[in-house]
Amino acid sequence: MATSVGRRQPGLFARLGVHAEKSFLLDVTDLPFVFRLEPRRDRPHIEPRRREDAGAWDARIAGTLSALLGLVHGAADGDALFFSRDIVIEGDMEAVLALRNALDDAELDLSVEAAAAFGAAGAAAERIARRILPMASRVTGLALTRRDRS
Amino acid sequence: MGNKLELVCPAGTPAALRTAVDAGADSIYCGFRDETNARNFPGLNFSPEEMAQGVAYAHAKGARVLVAINTFPRAGAAEIWHRAVDEAARAGADALILADMGLLAYAAERHPQLRRHLSVQAAAANADAIRFYVEEFGVKRVVLPRVLTVAEIAAINREVPCETEVFVFGGLCVMAEGRCSLSSYATGRSPNMNGVCSPASHVHYREERGELVSRLGEFTIDRVSKGEPAPYPTLCKGCFSVSGKRGHVFEDPVSLDAATLIPELAQAGVTALKIEGRQRSRSYIHDVVASFRRAVDAQAAGNPIPAGELRRLSEGQTTTAGAYRKTWR
Repeated sequence: MATSVGRRQPGLFARLGVHAEKSFLLDVTDLPFVFRLEPRRDRPHIEPRRREDAGAWDARIAGTLSALLGLVHGAADGDALFFSRDIVIEGDMEAVLALRNALDDAELDLSVEAAAAFGAAGAAAERIARRILPMASRVTGLALTRRDRS
Repeated sequence: MGNKLELVCPAGTPAALRTAVDAGADSIYCGFRDETNARNFPGLNFSPEEMAQGVAYAHAKGARVLVAINTFPRAGAAEIWHRAVDEAARAGADALILADMGLLAYAAERHPQLRRHLSVQAAAANADAIRFYVEEFGVKRVVLPRVLTVAEIAAINREVPCETEVFVFGGLCVMAEGRCSLSSYATGRSPNMNGVCSPASHVHYREERGELVSRLGEFTIDRVSKGEPAPYPTLCKGCFSVSGKRGHVFEDPVSLDAATLIPELAQAGVTALKIEGRQRSRSYIHDVVASFRRAVDAQAAGNPIPAGELRRLSEGQTTTAGAYRKTWR
């Protein structure tokens, strides 16, 4: 999926600039694992890891699943989440800002990106997801789709 | 019925610009992806192509784009700023927001038809200073510093032959803008020439014994306990020990919210209301612009200003009417 996002969103790398080569730890505090993101333009990569095996990172962004999904889907403001202490940021602040701004401009919808990564089968799944996810968002309180689609 | 104020809204990315237009902005201000504007942060701002596309999007929906080129050119590097002025004109911008006199002169000479607004970075806070910019450089609008009361703004408007624009929401800088060197002292990089107050490259956060510790360069500028709101890592909002007492010696970490003062600002002769926050997300842009759209429309219709729900978006989770209702004199 990371490769597909990289192919579909070239503008994201333009905004990341040199920070595309950095390693980000996305620490979802209410899940038992973390995500390690390496946006590299030639080979973007994201993988779940056990928290104790996260490895070295340049920047860490920690928060609940609700907060982090809200950031990705444009439903929450990064500065507001920082003010309220709902997210914690550490390490290379230039990289954190570049990633946040690049993601915000990309207007990602993870369900659309997941569908695109799986080709024709994904398109059928996306049609179903479009009907289900807005309701699931309301029930769970999670921003499961882009804000303007929820 | 009141006169209708222009709502000027921030955009740090093309997506934020589209969000601001769609949420009801009359004008959007934004800058290029370099040191020519005062929000030169990683991942933010516009390429010349994105600026042209943004202008086209705004114009198609009846909105205007004001391009901020509001830092001060460095000696020997003025062509970077000149190029930005030329690119903004080429993109079809409706106005330039400038602070430097040399750059104002360049824009007036090369692009005389393009409106020139005076940035808050010029810190023009009295009628004499404003008249000088109007007479010498044909400035059509002045963005007033955030240190004036409503009565002082009314007095200025009675004396100047141009429009005025005032901040109504967002980060509150009470320094003499364009002349503050606090961040430069701590980091060696200037808000006024490099476009970065508290540059991210010099900001460090660390959790220590349950406290969030913020550092700017070599200086510890705040420690906040668990559950307390975290401020921006700026020296002017830092918490320091002075004469044995710990506190915010420059200013508290709060944000401006002057929504309830909109009728008074209109009465004072203000033309435009400005929302701060080019570094903020499209979520912030949507919520704040939509809220102020309702407020401005209510004022124009002579209705009460609806209560906003914007405190959660504010630094310190607290808002103030700032100098507009100055009580410390």
